[in-house]
Amino acid sequence: MKSRLSGNEAVAYAMKQVNPDVMGAFPITPSTEIAEYFAAYVANGEVNTEFVTVESEHSSMSVCIAAQAAGARSVCATSSCGLALMYELLYVAASCRLPITLACVNRALSGPININHDYSDSMGARDSGWIQIYAENNQEAYDNFIMAIPIGEAPEVRLPVMTCMDGFITSHAVENIELLDTGVVRQFVGEYSPQHYLLKKENPLAVGPYDISAYYMEHKVQEAEAMKAAKARILEVAKEFEKISGRRYGLFEEYRMEDADLALVIMGSSAGTGKTAVDKLREAGIKAGLVKIRVFRPFPGEELAQTLAGTRAVAVMDKSEGFSANGGPLFAETRSALYDLKQRPYLINIVYGLGGRDIKVEDFEQVFKRLASIAESGDIHPVYSHMGHRTKGAIA
Amino acid sequence: MIRAKDINEHTPWQDLTPGGEIYEPGTARAFNTGTWRTHTPVFHADACKHCMLCVPFCPDSAIPVKDGKRLDFDYMHCKGCGICEDVCPFPAITMVAGGVPK
Repeated sequence: MKSRLSGNEAVAYAMKQVNPDVMGAFPITPSTEIAEYFAAYVANGEVNTEFVTVESEHSSMSVCIAAQAAGARSVCATSSCGLALMYELLYVAASCRLPITLACVNRALSGPININHDYSDSMGARDSGWIQIYAENNQEAYDNFIMAIPIGEAPEVRLPVMTCMDGFITSHAVENIELLDTGVVRQFVGEYSPQHYLLKKENPLAVGPYDISAYYMEHKVQEAEAMKAAKARILEVAKEFEKISGRRYGLFEEYRMEDADLALVIMGSSAGTGKTAVDKLREAGIKAGLVKIRVFRPFPGEELAQTLAGTRAVAVMDKSEGFSANGGPLFAETRSALYDLKQRPYLINIVYGLGGRDIKVEDFEQVFKRLASIAESGDIHPVYSHMGHRTKGAIA
Repeated sequence: MIRAKDINEHTPWQDLTPGGEIYEPGTARAFNTGTWRTHTPVFHADACKHCMLCVPFCPDSAIPVKDGKRLDFDYMHCKGCGICEDVCPFPAITMVAGGVPK
């Protein structure tokens, strides 16, 4: 079914089609319109969901943890500092191995106070044990939310999943979208049937007990193994999803990478702008390409290294800082992944777009120009720089 | 299903339950948490009328009850707080110094 929806509407509609048992919802900003649209479905009797409104995101995630442990499929939606307030519980959800699904609308964290798009919120939660899947547009945001459920709930995974989309750019812009039939979505996600849950009366259960140092490490190894197993599951679910939707997804998307000399590694909606720049450069005979990271946790390191192995120079585009003084989070992962290659491309990191700063096709063309000069000269300095800010001596 | 009694500090990660889930109730009974005492309650069975006031006042579960009668203290779980002595209307409980029941 063709429709026109904003990213928020699209994800709320996916939630409606999934018809989860429980939604933990903080019913005011920085929570998103997703919860607001979903509340209307609840009020109109279009879903059977127990919609639990709470006083903070710390509590909305607590509701999801308790409900999921009880045996209920639970969902949540938040953004920016709302995600930051959930931080403590994100780890609890993951370590209790509760496959909650959270729609995260990526917006900058305070401070300074800002409500526009970058990835500082979910990048701050990147080590929490949640699977993270990022969308370029509304269609992907909708698709990713539906796929998240069978990914997280698979017995070999049992991890919570965060599906992310760009605040305002994706969440508020209305785009054409192809929606699946509700019956097809229901069948695709199936029933949530965990082996153990609190309400199973014949099987008393304690969840989240104190874990002394003689056990904690083993449980963290379990979690790490589950995250590794998630990679295969994500691809398996993508294959099944292609059968019902005709849309194909991988761990990342390769755009004109077959013979690319110069490439970008990027996430989210900026990839669309980057692709336009790639097309322009290709027309001018320059072998440009782009890799759009879809799955950031688990990070597809080996696969990415293979894809970039044939390139000469690569710019990793980070839309969040990280303050490592050594580059952004996507750069850290990418550079680490490339280390195992015998022949590596030159690699630089550009931090851009913080707090909603625009990036244009011409900006990407500038990046490719710099990559071309790096491929010639081998001079990668400065390896890590910022772009799109006002400065007294521009670099890129 | 893996039982708590089958898990110990030599169990490899593959044999532990996911996230440390425990598939049975009351496993805290198996753990000795009675080593905190600086004072210890002593039960005088002959003075006890089994009014059961001490049982709900015990902040732990250190006063076992069987067939409507309280039994001697469960020193494996008693923390020695002395609340039972305080609420007992009879001379059936006295606190003595030290962590070992005499």
